[in-house]
Order: sequence, then structure tokens, then C-alpha cells
Amino acid sequence: MILLEARIELIRRSLPALLGGTVITIQLTVLILLFGVFFGLIFAFGQVYGIKPIRWFVNVYEKIFRSIPELVLLLLVFYGPPSLGIRISPFNAAVLGLGLRATAYMSQIFRGTFKSVGSDQITAAYSLGMGKYKTFLFVILPQAFRVFIPPFANEYAIILKDTSLAYALGVAELLRQGQYIIAVAYDPLTIFLAIAAIYFVLTFGVTRLLKVLENKLKIPGIGVEIG
Amino acid sequence: MKDRDGPLLNIKGLKKSFGDNLVLDGISFSLDTGENKVIIGPSGTGKSTVLNCINRLVVPDGGEIWLEDTEIVSCSNINEIRQEIGYVFQGFGLFHHLTALRNVMLGLIRVKKTPKNEAKEQAIAKLEQVGLLDVLDSYPAQLSGGQKQRVAIARALAMEPKLMLFDEPTSALDPELIGEVLNVMKNLAREGMTMLVVTHEMGFARAVSDEIIFMEKGKIVEKSSPEKMFEQPENPRTREFLFKLDELYGKGGE
Repeated sequence: MILLEARIELIRRSLPALLGGTVITIQLTVLILLFGVFFGLIFAFGQVYGIKPIRWFVNVYEKIFRSIPELVLLLLVFYGPPSLGIRISPFNAAVLGLGLRATAYMSQIFRGTFKSVGSDQITAAYSLGMGKYKTFLFVILPQAFRVFIPPFANEYAIILKDTSLAYALGVAELLRQGQYIIAVAYDPLTIFLAIAAIYFVLTFGVTRLLKVLENKLKIPGIGVEIG
Repeated sequence: MKDRDGPLLNIKGLKKSFGDNLVLDGISFSLDTGENKVIIGPSGTGKSTVLNCINRLVVPDGGEIWLEDTEIVSCSNINEIRQEIGYVFQGFGLFHHLTALRNVMLGLIRVKKTPKNEAKEQAIAKLEQVGLLDVLDSYPAQLSGGQKQRVAIARALAMEPKLMLFDEPTSALDPELIGEVLNVMKNLAREGMTMLVVTHEMGFARAVSDEIIFMEKGKIVEKSSPEKMFEQPENPRTREFLFKLDELYGKGGE
């Protein structure tokens, strides 16, 4: 048995390395989220407002990337291109692989939020003389944003946890930093618990914040009596 | 009162099909400034489609719609024309994320580019006109159906339209809430607003309309004054339809 004092001392000494890994984890998460939001938004526009071939493409894309395990995607993106003569760093491969998957999910989240605004409101906006652009900006977007927060919080949590898969490509994110420490100190329980705690704080803390935002933006009366 | 000759709204030979379904088969009628006309008829006969064509939410296949000197079917500035035409729907179409006051202000600020303070004053005046000064800061989900529809009317009025279209404005309301909406509409009519109303409310039709248009299967079957329409309709179909409405809603005269 390792003494409690020894475990605490180990965590204290490991903290700089673990926090270094945490920074990489956060960088991955933010970049993948941005990737997913940016392309997901474009894809959702294509699927809701686009012509038939675009709708078809988005539909097929979404089906493919929701059906492949994240780890397979990462390995494919990392080990695939070099055989075609294209080099890609582990970090970029992780962003790309998980970003492609996030795009598929985000596009569906955006599609749902756009469609959540009833057609009678859109018709009413048109009949006031608001064109498509103003209607989107002042009627659809403000309501879609509110509907977007809960599934976004969920997707954030998934992406944050999925970044641990970048471990397999050798990215020095939180989990791999922990492995380096375990290899020297040989106390997997303590280190994995510390890692789990960090993931928990990052997930719980941010989803809590988003929940506060959601409540702050809640439209009075809705949820009390719909319609 | 009129500063120009000719009708405010003039519809000539309006035609529209959805697929193989001929919905409007050559509809023609006109509306002078200050006039009120009510369109009645069985459901699915294209009454709402006529209104939707007037502000081009539905694009007609043929015919002309003139609002004063502008032809709506072919015009290139539809968003300007739509500001001239107030539209009130069965389903209200209120913006859920905005208070009653903000619902009325949105068109003024974003379409008419009215400065915010002025827009607020004008919006409050319109909400006062429909008797809703007490719910300025309520959200649509906090309002009753009758209040929602009155906000929708105030929102349309705020744009200072030349013409108001009402598409079954009371059909989605509980019976006890219909009266408050009809009263607002009656007041509007008395104040000289030009109105075209699709409704089954025969009491309203009788009280305020200058002419009743009976439509069936995409055609106008009969047009006449409410007195004539209710007392001695010419067409047997009109008679039959009015008889059915009497059964459903009670006598038009009340």
C-alpha cells in the first residue's frame, strides 16, 4: 500500500505535467468545437436551404461520419495520408478526425434548431416586409440560439472526453501525460483518479455554465404553457 | 377622402394551381379605400390562397393584382409592397422570443428603420388601440389566444398599412375570446381601415362588411351586400352554405 501522504505528494509533483496535458486537451476541444460549429453551420444551411444535390451530400456525409468509431476515424486520418505522401501531425490529425465527426453531429443540431422556429412566425415576418435575411437574423436566429445551447453543452462534453482518444496518436494531452507519469512513478490508481477528476471538472463546470446561460435566456412563459 | 381614382386593390383573373389541384380559377374583385369585404365559403376553396397571393406569399400562376398603381404579381420590390399590406393569420405568428411591445416594434425598427424611441411610442399607441396596455412586457406564451391575436393586429397596424388582410382571425380561438378580437376589427372598420376578411363569423360579416364574396371550388359564386346575401341569396349553393353556417354558428343577425 502506498501511503496517502505519498499519493498526495505524487499528485503535487505531477500537477505541472498534468496541467500541461490539460492545456493540450482544452486546445483540442476548442479547435474541434470551432471546426464542428463552422462546418456544421455551413452543412446545416445546405441541408435546410440548399438545392437537392447539396442536401443529398450532407445527408450522406452525416450518415457516414456518425457510423464510424472515433478511434477508427483518428487512425484513418493519421495513418492514411502518409501512404499518399501527405504528412499530418498527430495534433492536427486529432483535430481533423474528431472535427469531421463533430461536423456531422453539429449539422444535425443546427438543422433541428433552425426548424424549431414555426413557419407561422416566418410567414408573419415576411408579411411585415422582412426579407429572408432579416427574418433569419431577427426571428429565427435568436430563437434557434436558445434551442441550441442544451445540445451544444452535450456535444461539448462528448468532444472533451473524446479528445482522450488522441492518446492513441501520441498527442501529449491529459491522458498521455498521465501515462508518462505512471511509467515512472508506478501508481496508476492515483494518477488515473487525478485525470478523471480533471475531466470531471472541465465537463461539469462548463456544462453548468451553459445551463446558467440557458436559464438566463429562457423565454418567459415557455415551458409553463406552450403556444 | 380619396386622393386618386380607381380602387385601392384590384384583382383580375387570379389563377393558381398546386400540382394538379386548381385552387383559384379566375378570381376577380376590387376594394375601394375604406371598404370592407368578407370572403366566405367552404374550406379548401382557395379563400386563404387569395389572401396569400395578395402579398405574394403564394405566387399566382396567372392574373393581376393591383395595389393602387403597383402590380404585385410582377413587381420587383415585394418587401416594400408587403409593408403596405397588414396580414393577420389564424395562427397569430407572434415572435416567441419578444414581448408584446417588441413584437410590434420589430417591423418598425428593422423594416421601416424607425428610431427606437419613436418605434416604442408608436407601438404603445397601437397596443392601446387594441386594448393591451396592460401586457406590454408579456411574452406570447403568457398571453391568451385573444390577446395574442390583438398583438398580431397591433403589429400589422404599426406598419401603417393601406389594407388589412385577415385570414380566419378567430378560428383558433376559444369561443369566449372571439368577441374581443371581433370588437377590435369592428372598431378598425369604423375608423375607415380598408379590410379584406376571410371568416365564418357571419355576425361580423353582417355588421361591418360592404360586400360578401361567396367562393367555392376556386371561383366566386356570388357577390352581394350582406342584406341581400343573407335575405335572398341568388345562387342555390350560397343558400345551402349559409344554411349550414346558421346551423353551426347561429343566425348571422344575432
